[in-house]
Amino acid sequence: MADITAYKPFYSVLILAFFCSLLVGGAAVGLRPLQEKNKQQDRRKNILMAAGLYDSTRTVADLFGNIETRIVDLKSGAFVSAATVSPEGFDQLKAALSEELGRPLTKAEDIVGIRRIERYSRVYLVTDNDIVRRVILPIRGKGLWSTLYGYIAIEGDMTTVGGISFYEHGETPGLGGEIENLRWQSGWQGKKIYNQSNEEALLIGQKKDQGETIHHVDGLSGATLTIQGVDDIISFWFGEHGFKPFLTRLRENGGRIDG
Amino acid sequence: MAETNIQLLANSILKRNPIALLVLGICSALAVTGQMATALVMSICLTLVTAFSSLTISIVRFQIPNSVRIGIQITIIATLVILVDQILKAFFFELSKQLSIFVGLIITNCIVMGRAEGFAMSNPPVASFMDGIGNGLGYSLILMLVAFIRELFGSGTLFGVEILQLTTNGGWYIRNGMLVLPASGFFIIATIIWIIRTLDPAQQEKK
Repeated sequence: MADITAYKPFYSVLILAFFCSLLVGGAAVGLRPLQEKNKQQDRRKNILMAAGLYDSTRTVADLFGNIETRIVDLKSGAFVSAATVSPEGFDQLKAALSEELGRPLTKAEDIVGIRRIERYSRVYLVTDNDIVRRVILPIRGKGLWSTLYGYIAIEGDMTTVGGISFYEHGETPGLGGEIENLRWQSGWQGKKIYNQSNEEALLIGQKKDQGETIHHVDGLSGATLTIQGVDDIISFWFGEHGFKPFLTRLRENGGRIDG
Repeated sequence: MAETNIQLLANSILKRNPIALLVLGICSALAVTGQMATALVMSICLTLVTAFSSLTISIVRFQIPNSVRIGIQITIIATLVILVDQILKAFFFELSKQLSIFVGLIITNCIVMGRAEGFAMSNPPVASFMDGIGNGLGYSLILMLVAFIRELFGSGTLFGVEILQLTTNGGWYIRNGMLVLPASGFFIIATIIWIIRTLDPAQQEKK
């Protein structure tokens, strides 16, 4: 065993920590480009899954060719031309944090715990002769332990859910993590987000009264608080601060992109 | 008493298998054995981590002050595990998503710590490296065995390839639902331990 002096434990630990941090830091920085590429691929796959277009026999890049990426102004609900904001280079999460492309949310507005919201958002469109058949929208917000990131697909009537998927979260596997469960996600299909008077009415989780099942998605047992978060996420992103102006506008245009 | 490196390797796999004799590393053995693919990746990761942590610790064993040795061992193991995790995320993204927390949990896998503290601290580097590989392979052997049984009879597939056609797919095989659940790993591991100890009574605990 090593000679024991009073300082030896301290400096041997410090030297070790230094070398280990070099290794870990080097690996994290060096491999980041590859990891980012994988993550982007995974996000695209999730968009396709939400849209119900995913097919494991074909490549993601190939399938993604059917999907048009556009930028919308959340407040007015209008499309923004590619000249103003380019869909390729736009980093939505960074935009929310910047002064000119984002704004802070007040406590009352911010029911999903994201603090700031962006002015512009990406949307993904599946079109057929310039009529929108499906819209895929990015959503995010607090679950129980972490921020959930996902996509939700809406049919051409701008209220029926086509599918949902979550691509990043830090919830407990087996409990809140079950929001990844495909069987639970398939229960979202065909539910309607808005009621007759165009108010967000979709409830996820326990029903307080006998509401209509068309506006209700079952919760997950063991994941009550995560589901509460999901419910708030839907309320927020389909409300005034989220995509409601955009969806309303698109519906009034009969699903036509230009106009 | 001193064993050659080959003996070290072979004995760790069969005679003192980390799962069957020492009953270490059970938690991950239950969690990742639902499919052979995840079990294989976990086995490879654990073997590499055990081998290289034993090697590293053995090289610096004369420099490690006794009072902080566990902390130093954990730091070395944790560093290796993070490296493995980063590499998986970069090159095997789908698998890393499935394994996610289990790779991180290699840090607390008792086999790695056990070999570091029990062997590498008092043996030369090459022997420690072989001991690490041997224990990793011993773990892998049991893991693959359990995964083989669970995947074949639980899902009717091996490495995701259909072997027994399930009734849900229009076949004849009714899946065994219990084998899909992690708890079934307990029964299978217990049975394996029973068989090994019956064949080799030296492994039985003295009354």
